Amino acid sequence: MKMTGAEALVKTLEKEGVEVIFGYPGGVALPIYDALFDSKKIHHVLVRHEQCAAHAADGYARATGRVGVCMATSGPGATNLVTGIANAYMDSIPIVVFTAQVATTVIGTDAFQEADITGITLPITKHNFLVKDVRQLPTIIRQAFELARSGRPGPVLIDVPVDISRGELEYKYPEEVSVPGYKPTYKGHAKQIKQAARVVAEAKKPMIYAGGGIIRSNASAELKALAELTDTPVTTTLMGKGGFPDSHPLALRMPGMHGTRYANYAFCDTDLIVAVGVRFDDRVTGKVSTFAPNAKIIHIDIDPAEIGKIMEVFIPIVGDAKLVLKELVEAVKKEPEIANKTAWLEKIAEWKNAYPLHYHRDTICKPEFVVETINELIKGKDAVVTTGVGQNQMWAAHYIDAETPRSFISSGGLGTMGFGLPAAVGAQIGRPDSIVIDIDGDGSIQMVSQELATVAYNKLPIVICVLNNGYLGMVRQWQELFYKRRYSAVDLAVGTPDFVKLAEAYGIKGRRVIDPKDVRPGLEEAIKARKPALIEFVVEREECVFPMVAPGASIDEMLGGIPGAPISQMIEEEEEANV
Amino acid sequence: MSKHILSVLVENKPGVLTRVAGLFSRRGFNIDSLAVGETDDPTISRMTIVADAAEHSLEQITKQLYKLVNVLKISDLDPKESVQRELVLMKVNAAPTTRAEIVETANIFRANIVDVSKNTLTLEITGDKDKITALEDLLKPYGIKEFVRTGLIALSRGRLGEG
Repeated sequence: MKMTGAEALVKTLEKEGVEVIFGYPGGVALPIYDALFDSKKIHHVLVRHEQCAAHAADGYARATGRVGVCMATSGPGATNLVTGIANAYMDSIPIVVFTAQVATTVIGTDAFQEADITGITLPITKHNFLVKDVRQLPTIIRQAFELARSGRPGPVLIDVPVDISRGELEYKYPEEVSVPGYKPTYKGHAKQIKQAARVVAEAKKPMIYAGGGIIRSNASAELKALAELTDTPVTTTLMGKGGFPDSHPLALRMPGMHGTRYANYAFCDTDLIVAVGVRFDDRVTGKVSTFAPNAKIIHIDIDPAEIGKIMEVFIPIVGDAKLVLKELVEAVKKEPEIANKTAWLEKIAEWKNAYPLHYHRDTICKPEFVVETINELIKGKDAVVTTGVGQNQMWAAHYIDAETPRSFISSGGLGTMGFGLPAAVGAQIGRPDSIVIDIDGDGSIQMVSQELATVAYNKLPIVICVLNNGYLGMVRQWQELFYKRRYSAVDLAVGTPDFVKLAEAYGIKGRRVIDPKDVRPGLEEAIKARKPALIEFVVEREECVFPMVAPGASIDEMLGGIPGAPISQMIEEEEEANV
Repeated sequence: MSKHILSVLVENKPGVLTRVAGLFSRRGFNIDSLAVGETDDPTISRMTIVADAAEHSLEQITKQLYKLVNVLKISDLDPKESVQRELVLMKVNAAPTTRAEIVETANIFRANIVDVSKNTLTLEITGDKDKITALEDLLKPYGIKEFVRTGLIALSRGRLGEG
């Protein structure tokens, strides 16, 4: 069947099961957009800035487990995608990115709206393609999807010159595709799993350190089975949040820079870390030389390059988290004895009891209180929380109990401010029946506020919660703690728009909450309405996120997070103790 | 730190060299030399990369290289178990009085004279590093005007009994 490259592109995406593309058209993308116009299966969501097309595809992928697709024109369209692609790359999110390109005949001549996007995205894509022959287009698309979702997932970019999308080919859907030189290892090495089982069974003070790999490979049931079989506490990273229920008695919640004291203390004391789908990020380990000094490490990851990258590993297991954990559980069951953990669990219970996550309630609206209330209102419901980056994100991580995978979506590795709103757009479109809540900051949301138009146009019932402290709060916090309160370039109070009016300007219901008493009713009403809503919470300006580990310090040297003590006095005491 | 010779088979496609070289610089590894060319199979190229790296870094760079979709196979060649060659061209000042000496030296090293002009001789020499350095040292006093090397290429030695 004869068709154009653009038609073949759309047809192949339809066959791939793609239901939505987040994108923004432009000059050389016209043939593709023309072909898309006829598709009955693919819904195109017009964003208002290409960066948000990539973030929305990313949020869609995280919320649904499917591959997200986004699209932009050449030149500025393509370069605007870059932050979104880098974000997906750092967090191993499967997205396929289409960029239109100037005609092959003028590539390299600085043609109008030309940018070398395959060159630019080389270090931030799992792989990328520049299509030079229209007959290869269907195969390349199939390869791109295969690469994006398999192994360690990641973004794959396809650059399509305009003469390719206009060119003709005899179309045949490539049923089978292979990528030479690409063969991820899924099944763990049997002998190593057996060895690991022995070590797990013998450990007296073990802990599991679980990350985004658990979510990516749908391994939460297997993770829970291992934890419960062996009475092993589990700390989940920001990326792994939801992979193990936060309310589970064995949950240690998040570790690291803003981790719980009990997770960090556990790292310092444990004799065995079972690390699954994690990469020992510096935000988790703090000073590497003092991290987990007494622990043997079993590291399970699908990417061999992550194993041994930061820490020396006792037993490396390359493989898919789900498959390996399943086999590990079976192998542990065959062990003659599993060590008793009573003493270890008591110690952890003491830490949990002494250092719970807490904040001081006040007559002024506290951001923690807002998040806590959101948590109460969505408990047990099918809900997805997305976040901006900074204090809002850490408070969300602290006070939202993520009980199921894909219920908490946040930009981890790249830490991209502005991720929350477009990610919520992607999540809501992928899961139309779920409650989607964007917990955002006044700084973060101002980077992407144009997407309120996308929310309004598509009538997405997202509840956008802006924790407005009039500062770039996390930067301000660092300046308070480490730069003698010299608040350089962080005050947003003047110039920040009236968020209620801003929402209304887009036809979205806006509301401002100042009194803590109004927090719950405001949220309740917005969640119930199933309509786009923005609530601005005017919160305590100089609230800090605690506990906190100073950058470069060991993770047991934590500031804050001790109930009953005024923060400033406590920090002084701790600093003295740490000298 | 020690020198390693990585022999990397890659798909012969545009941009693959950039991907490999970019990976080295991005991850903070230095390349001493890099030689690349088609193999007997025109769809596959072989890159010979000489890099200075500690054992741990070498493991990391190898794993990262394997993640490049176009990379098919990587071998870390043991200098004792491989044959290594490099080709060098050098243009040396050759006055009528010194020309004969230079030709004689070249002959000892089995170097070829590939170009002659009124005042210069251009020599071609292949061999391992030591041989090339020795010739270079001998010719330096005459004045080396220009010098170019291909970078090391290497193959593992055939095993005894290999057909």
